[in-house]
Amino acid sequence: PATTATEVSVGKSTGDRLSCNTTSFQKKSRSKLVSIPGTRPSVQNGQLIVSTGVTSLDYVIGGGLAVGTLLLIEEDRYDSYSRMLLKYFLAEGVVCGHELYVASAQDHPSDIIQELPSPILDDIASPKPVESQTKPCDPEGPDTMSIAWRYQNLPKVQTALASSSRFGHYYDVSKTMDPEICQAARCHGFYLPEHSATVSPMPEAYVALLKNLQEVIHREGFDGSLPQTKSRNVLRIGLHSLGSALWGDDLCCRDNPSHGHALTTLLYGLRALLRSSLSVALVTVPSHLIQNKALMGRITRLCDTAVALESFRGSERETNPLYKDYHGLLNVCQVPHLNCLVCDLPDNKDLAFKLKRKQFTIERLHLPPDLSETVSRVSHGGLAGAAMLGSSGCGSAGNKHLDF
Amino acid sequence: MFAELNSILNSSPESFKQGEFILVSDRQTDASFLIHHFLSFYLRGCKVCFLGLVQSFSHYSAVSQRLGVSLNQAREKGQLVFLEGLKESLGVLLQGDTSNGTPALDFLRDPSSGLRGLYDFVHGNIRGSEGRAEDWGPPVLMVDDLSVVLSLGVSVGAVLDFSHYCRATFCSELQGTMVILVRCEAEEEEEESDEGSERLQRGLTHQCSLTLQVQGLPTGYCRDIHGEVEVCWRGRCDGLQIQRKLFQYKVCDKGTLFFARGTSSAVL
Repeated sequence: PATTATEVSVGKSTGDRLSCNTTSFQKKSRSKLVSIPGTRPSVQNGQLIVSTGVTSLDYVIGGGLAVGTLLLIEEDRYDSYSRMLLKYFLAEGVVCGHELYVASAQDHPSDIIQELPSPILDDIASPKPVESQTKPCDPEGPDTMSIAWRYQNLPKVQTALASSSRFGHYYDVSKTMDPEICQAARCHGFYLPEHSATVSPMPEAYVALLKNLQEVIHREGFDGSLPQTKSRNVLRIGLHSLGSALWGDDLCCRDNPSHGHALTTLLYGLRALLRSSLSVALVTVPSHLIQNKALMGRITRLCDTAVALESFRGSERETNPLYKDYHGLLNVCQVPHLNCLVCDLPDNKDLAFKLKRKQFTIERLHLPPDLSETVSRVSHGGLAGAAMLGSSGCGSAGNKHLDF
Repeated sequence: MFAELNSILNSSPESFKQGEFILVSDRQTDASFLIHHFLSFYLRGCKVCFLGLVQSFSHYSAVSQRLGVSLNQAREKGQLVFLEGLKESLGVLLQGDTSNGTPALDFLRDPSSGLRGLYDFVHGNIRGSEGRAEDWGPPVLMVDDLSVVLSLGVSVGAVLDFSHYCRATFCSELQGTMVILVRCEAEEEEEESDEGSERLQRGLTHQCSLTLQVQGLPTGYCRDIHGEVEVCWRGRCDGLQIQRKLFQYKVCDKGTLFFARGTSSAVL
């Protein structure tokens, strides 16, 4: 049977199973598997995983995000792409029918929800999740089928969001999500200015967040506290820009922060909450502002999966022809191996990302082939130099002074 | 239990050195596979007190299952005492000053008070079964991982005190064993070597009798060789004898392969 990172016990009660079995043969417990829409067991170790909303990110972190774990995103300089990833994560939750919890010190959670990208579905879907309603704009429905007549009476393909069982969707970032779809999702928000009246000594903001989160998890039954009759669902937690000055933390402002362990304590408490409930969290941290590398290392250790974004915008690399196809670099800092000794390690760690209108792609960073003798690769910075050394046989791309 | 590691360390579940303090440390990599090894090794015949501060019980249970040991059974028999740090911590972190939670995690409530509560917990669990201690053999203390308490605000001095007290109890008095995992983040060459986990690692290295230092390959990331382990025996009687050995390793689904440098199957 598949295992989860959490210890919530789910499954049919033994009474049910005994009454409907006429033989002593019992199918190998698929019933123990939690069947929640938008999740699936991982092919590597059977853990329950959800999609991050970006299919290429799912691939890079090993198939998806395991339920009960924490994904850390180290923000890029202007927090543009990390914010985009947060929105993809939440949008995926809306599409799969998960509950959402959004915490931010900067923007109101309802503003974040309204800005979610719109999902791209195969057919035009009606927002009302009523299966018996016929789709008004189904372009290919003949009245009677003459060749495939056996399929006449079968129900039409479900495209309503309520029954979306695909793992991982695509989003169109030029449009925002339909308000009706957003409202169908249950969302809990934590907006820091509403919670703390005073500029309090630092740890209080984080304690308030942790308390609120635990309250929501317990009240909605994600930790197994509600009776089994309620169908299981996953809570997606999005925490924006933890560690920034808006949370009352001086990690990003000083070399020796006065409460150096407040954020790490929060992350520890968050891990405890995640491991004991059916939830998954995504946290963004402005790591480029944190001077202390060891502290950043500790923060990374306390998270399960960690990904760092570095965007080219505003840096000299933006005009570098080597990087013209991409918007930035992506570094997978850490991948967890929970419930097993080893995880599937990626082949290649040089990854770059590009945000297109309908897709956030993550690709292996590679140099275009050197086709001409006179192509000169102007090297800006160390990366280009190292990449050149790595490329095989590009003798002409070197020093122009060596002329044989 | 990894057979190759047993032969490297010259130990087996039937015969291993008493009174050892084994320090497992890692730098920018993950040495927890060694903790799983030692857990399944010592559960073959000893009583183990395991402080699992960073992962849930089901994680260790799932991995140990693959290595052939059932943690649930061991816990029921009383052979394994497991402190689930994550589970107990929530109560302490959120309830604040009510004294309902285990005193073992008192350092979460007040980091300046040190790890006294944790030591009392450990001490109580080993002493408590004094009458039955002969059933299981020498007690073993395992901690995974000790450097996380630095992230929770405890000072390096308090952690070193804790390890000293535990060593006095487990290794000297009861002739048992201690296995502790510490994790360092900084590069060794940086000037920031005064950082907490570095000092902790150095302090513990001074106290221990056997260290296993795990780090990534110096030449970079490789899919087939996950890193290097340096095993260092610190002589006790004649303090000058220090023996070191260096191996490379690859973690597999049900074990770990250790091989001399350059002899990985991917290379040969």
